[in-house]
Amino acid sequence: MEAIAKLIMADAATPADAKNAAAAASAGYAYGLAAIGPGIGIGYLVGKSVEAMARQPEAAGMVRTTMFLGIAFTEALALIGFVVFILLKFA
Amino acid sequence: MKKYVLRRPGGPLVNEKLSPLAMAAQGQAPEVTVSKDIIRRGLIAAPIVMLVSGVIWGLTGAWSAGIGLALVLLNFGLAALLISWAAPISLALMMGVSLFGYLLRLGLISLAVYLVRDASWISLPALGVTIIVSHLGLLFWEMRFIAASLAFPGLRPNA
Repeated sequence: MEAIAKLIMADAATPADAKNAAAAASAGYAYGLAAIGPGIGIGYLVGKSVEAMARQPEAAGMVRTTMFLGIAFTEALALIGFVVFILLKFA
Repeated sequence: MKKYVLRRPGGPLVNEKLSPLAMAAQGQAPEVTVSKDIIRRGLIAAPIVMLVSGVIWGLTGAWSAGIGLALVLLNFGLAALLISWAAPISLALMMGVSLFGYLLRLGLISLAVYLVRDASWISLPALGVTIIVSHLGLLFWEMRFIAASLAFPGLRPNA
């Protein structure tokens, strides 16, 4: 990370350029890191839901309802990361 | 070779060697019902969200809130459609569609925001706040009814 910061500073013509470049790089990291956690969470959630549906097919409707809400809640974390990204990058 | 089958009390025959991923979900798609409920409530709340955003950020805020809410509702609708399409085919496909659908939907939201980011009628803080607040708000609103209907299936409350 420090090496990347030094690289940015070396390539930037002015401190303002360096600041903008660092903000863009940080925004990219923020978005990428924010997407990893929900990805793992959704994978785990859907995997467990499939297990539950296989064990108890008669409860599949209830499991799918809960799974859909779980996916949506988990995705909210990624959306928060995305909003931080657009505010850092474009605002 | 002897083939082992299991029978649950009162249930169908279950092959012991059948992978859960080879099974498919049967019956109606609850995601579509949930998603329709969320979209209906989102459309009801849209004027209020746009008004509040307009008061805080002005006319650009109102337009941005509308775009943000539309993105959230499309996201819910697309998620429900993808899962309800894949689940009756196989649970393995449903897993794949859930994960790659997540990436696809994030990509679509990013693309939509990227396309409108420089428009003069867009306020990015208003758009971002609307996306987060409306996504979580609509989910909590829906969850209130889902929780009640799961606990008391015969007594689904009115919206």
